[in-house]
Amino acid sequence: MTFHRPLPSSVVLRDLSRGFKGKTVLDRISLEIPHGRFVALLGESGSGKTTLLRALAGLDEDAETHGHFSVPDNVSVLFQDSRLLPWMSVIDNITLGLRRPDAQAAALDMLAAVGLADKAEAWPATLSGGQKQRASLARSLLREPALLLADEPFGALDALTRMRMHALLFQLVERQKPTVILVTHDVDEALLLSDRILVLKDGRIAEDHAIGLPHPRRAHQPEFATLRQTLLRSLGVEVDNV
Amino acid sequence: MTDILSARYIHAAAQAERREPFVVPAPTRATRLTPARLPAGLRLLGPIVVIAIWEAASRLGLISPSTLTAPSTALVTGYQMLADGSLLPHLLASAFRAYTGLFLGVVVGVALALASGLTRSGEALIDGLIQIKRAIPTLALIPLVIIWLGIGEAMKIFLIFTAVLVPVYINTHAALRGIDIGHIELARTLGLTRSEFIRKVALPGALPGFFVSLRLAVALCWTALVVLELINTQTGIGYLMNRARDWGQTDIIVVGILIYAALGLVSDAVVRLIEARVLSYRRSLGS
Repeated sequence: MTFHRPLPSSVVLRDLSRGFKGKTVLDRISLEIPHGRFVALLGESGSGKTTLLRALAGLDEDAETHGHFSVPDNVSVLFQDSRLLPWMSVIDNITLGLRRPDAQAAALDMLAAVGLADKAEAWPATLSGGQKQRASLARSLLREPALLLADEPFGALDALTRMRMHALLFQLVERQKPTVILVTHDVDEALLLSDRILVLKDGRIAEDHAIGLPHPRRAHQPEFATLRQTLLRSLGVEVDNV
Repeated sequence: MTDILSARYIHAAAQAERREPFVVPAPTRATRLTPARLPAGLRLLGPIVVIAIWEAASRLGLISPSTLTAPSTALVTGYQMLADGSLLPHLLASAFRAYTGLFLGVVVGVALALASGLTRSGEALIDGLIQIKRAIPTLALIPLVIIWLGIGEAMKIFLIFTAVLVPVYINTHAALRGIDIGHIELARTLGLTRSEFIRKVALPGALPGFFVSLRLAVALCWTALVVLELINTQTGIGYLMNRARDWGQTDIIVVGILIYAALGLVSDAVVRLIEARVLSYRRSLGS
């Protein structure tokens, strides 16, 4: 496995395969993502989408990996569980490992941006699920990543909180313009947020859709509804007029 | 937002109740799967019952004072010994032994747990030794330690130290090893250095396990002392009790037992107090 300097594209994968104990999970995936694009990875459970994301994040070192990939130097991961350390206040959590002189001031600004200005000194255990995930988002974006890897970050939230988080993520990503790879089960989430949707099946990219719809997107737009049906069908859900 | 919703729901429920006071049906008898939480202080019921029966049996002459003194007599004896100054030197001598051993055991136990929990060579060298030590009862070491260190204070403190060392090591080491894999991944993706990881993730994560071990240790240091103070000494609570046995003074024996019980409870309460302070971030979890 070698790392190239990222040149024209932010993320480049060349024939990337990855397996665990002889079982292939990713099967020769090649992919290029230009800077500043928002890509959603859809797929059924076990399709390899989380494995792909974790490979790009530099995790699972014990996996058998072949092929090449390159990612920017500054990568940040947004996990499904917020992974806030319970023994640190919210602000200490989001500045953990941050090496810049104005960390405190920048952290307070970022907390204000995600609507947690008054929770800077709170213990994580006192936050609701949505607040924890907002703190986690603040921790990721405070690092001004060139690449944001999000692994079903809203999967554990209730439907209303999830809608608010979509709006918040979109707004913050518009401001910083990182490349984003979002792993999700949620077709609507993918359609609302991304410029491009990849459908993974058995460790390969089965479909690649460019999404040209203007923002803000609405689920009742005809093109949205058509894409939604197509994507649901390719995920194995047979629907008519859903 | 969920808070707003639930607040609104409660508000609506409260209104409904105001209009129709009997609208809420009486709860049907649900099967309780776990016992209800005990009100504070009710835990003392058992000890109080036992002491009351004991006292009554003594007064009625069912228990001879030469077999077991009445609790009230023991309290009076204890108070007299405290007043005439004959108790305090023994108490201090015992406390010195117990807490010196405790201190050394905790410091060395934690140091070994860190070395073994955070480095591979440390684990290879230390863990096996402690596991072997764990299998050997402390009291079985007494003859050997007497040959090494004599029958004085050093022997007693050393044996308390080794007794305390084991649970401190085992629990702290297990806590360090059992660190949440999610936190390790987080530390990697945040680019923490090894020293940052140890200071900010591994050690705070192991603190709850350390406090469990500390509570075991404060009880254990007094337990070991009882036996050790039977060996060549003129001071200590254990010595007082042993001498009282020779002279048939069951009241002094009971005083000794009460002192051990009180010290055990107080030590545990102090550790729990410190634990609650240090781990205050957990209070909001409802514990």
